[in-house]
Amino acid sequence: MRLDLLETHSLIGNLVGLDTSVTPGIDVDVKVYKVFNIFGIEVWLTQTVVTTWIIMGALTLIALICRLKLKNYKEKPEGSQNFVELVIETMDSFVRSTMGDKHAYFGNWFFGVFCLILVSNLCGLLAFRSPTADLCTTFAITMTTFTLIHFMGIKTGKGSYFKAYFEPIPIMFIMNIISELATPISLSFRLFGNILGGSVIMAMVYSLPRILNFGIPAVLHIYFDVFAGCIQTVIFVMLSMTFIKDKIAE
Amino acid sequence: MENYSIEPHAFVLGCSAIGAGLAMIAGIGPGIGQGYAAGKGAEAVGRQPEARSTVTSTMLLGCAVAESTGIYGLVVAMILMFANPFIGQVPN
Repeated sequence: MRLDLLETHSLIGNLVGLDTSVTPGIDVDVKVYKVFNIFGIEVWLTQTVVTTWIIMGALTLIALICRLKLKNYKEKPEGSQNFVELVIETMDSFVRSTMGDKHAYFGNWFFGVFCLILVSNLCGLLAFRSPTADLCTTFAITMTTFTLIHFMGIKTGKGSYFKAYFEPIPIMFIMNIISELATPISLSFRLFGNILGGSVIMAMVYSLPRILNFGIPAVLHIYFDVFAGCIQTVIFVMLSMTFIKDKIAE
Repeated sequence: MENYSIEPHAFVLGCSAIGAGLAMIAGIGPGIGQGYAAGKGAEAVGRQPEARSTVTSTMLLGCAVAESTGIYGLVVAMILMFANPFIGQVPN
């Protein structure tokens, strides 16, 4: 990052007429902690990787606790069972309404994706750098969707899947290929742009003089982290499901 | 008379900043589109309050798709501001 946010914040400070050089600007760039060299391949240990590991660990722990508690679950729910059942049933009805009852088994996969993206978006509140504000994370998640789209297309459609590329006329083949390749790009850039945009705006607000930083960041965090984070998670999962369902031949 | 020559570095940085600002004009389109979608959604809920959840999810889906052009503009602006590809081509 060449144009450092420190410059931006001193610029804003000059505009307001206050000296802000005391408060350090927040770095928007992904920090690289260490570069390993494994068999000639560079492996980067970045902030994103570390935060994703922490999130994965937390999610795995919660899943294990729920699994161990499964034995004690009763016909009549009580305590934490209420919450678990509420979450699972909401996700199940969400998948059923989007993909239809026949493909409800996708709920298993998309619940995992949903939890990972949601916690990644919300962890900006806990002073982590959201892993979804890194294109690598969003593009990796999108590639799984891309694989699923075409796997399900080939599995259910067989010949008609390939035939669909030459419709309505064979010359449209190039256009169809471009539109297929645009799907993962638009999906990943939407999530990445939303979360990164939010964190950049938050960094700029934090670099304002301290007197202006009273209460305003809290409201902005609710909008940029909680609201946008939740909406973007729902939209990502919903669009993935819609794209997959479109490819499945009936 | 003084010589008012601009350093190539500063010139590229300034032009990139202007370009980032121009890229954000892309925000106009999604704004209009999402407002239109939300208005139509409200209309549909008013006409058929029982179909509220379906209308809302369809509207959010449409809004998300309409938003992508704005996000592309944002990403271009971000690249120009924080990962400028042109500054490396400036001869020293």
